[in-house]
Amino acid sequence: MPEGYALVTGASRGIGAATALELARRGWPVRVNYREDEEGAREIVAQIEADGGSAHARRGDVASVEDVRELLEPGELGPVLVLVNNAGLRLDGLSPQLDDEQWQRVIDVNLNGAFRTIRAALPPMLRARFGRIVNVASIVGLRANAGQANYAASKAGVISLARTVAVEVARRGITVNSVAPGLIETRLTEGLDGSLADAIPARRVGRPEEVAACIGFLASEEASYVTGTTLTVDGGLSA
Amino acid sequence: MATKVSEEQVEQQIFDGLVELGTERAVLSREATLESIDVDSLDLVELAQIVEDEFGVELRGDDVKDVRTVGEVIELVVAKAE
Repeated sequence: MPEGYALVTGASRGIGAATALELARRGWPVRVNYREDEEGAREIVAQIEADGGSAHARRGDVASVEDVRELLEPGELGPVLVLVNNAGLRLDGLSPQLDDEQWQRVIDVNLNGAFRTIRAALPPMLRARFGRIVNVASIVGLRANAGQANYAASKAGVISLARTVAVEVARRGITVNSVAPGLIETRLTEGLDGSLADAIPARRVGRPEEVAACIGFLASEEASYVTGTTLTVDGGLSA
Repeated sequence: MATKVSEEQVEQQIFDGLVELGTERAVLSREATLESIDVDSLDLVELAQIVEDEFGVELRGDDVKDVRTVGEVIELVVAKAE
């Protein structure tokens, strides 16, 4: 495995936390990014260290250019070689009622944040002739969901961003993919209509670990010929 | 922050950078076209990073899009460093 570290944004809970644990289990030193939940991030770091892995928590808002620059700095662990863009938020509302701030904030964190981290991660990956980038999108980026125009646009954006960057850098051993989770038990899906599970062929919501396992594969050396694709993880919801 | 640099320094750095990117030193000259020595657009991105690290000169995509030869890269960096 090349020398470097894995950065997971928004890793203090949910899919991000599960992904940090998964990448550590696969042998990567992990930079566990958080914006507000320092305690959550430290718990994940402690869990990784207890399992014999290496990790540290790093605060940073992906909506801030300056924070992203610091977040992607090389450390004692070497350069960033795995980047998982997971930081995200939703501010739902029917389109006629979405104000500019709700629109802009979601786009800025979910889409612009992913672009900023990718832009900063690519130079060291190009030098290393190795890199794994995974954007955590959503099935909402592939199909409609009323009340989430901003979120859906941001997630469709990160899917397209991943595909485009994938073809730009494929010849340097860097892969760029997305995962599109369906309904997963996380804080982001709290408060959503429980009857939605009835519409899922698997008849249950997913677990963060089930998404993290897919991200772990896409970030692995074995997945070296998988790039520019989107892996849906949704219990068959969009099948 | 750009610092004053000599053309010889830049040439040395660009040549070293191109060798690091896989170009044979024997085929390097200021007259060599980037195409003839197999320097592609991603190589230029990496070269730009090396130049920025070394001289503090930022080369954007627009700056290098019309550059054809190694000498033109060197001249561009020197001009931007001034």
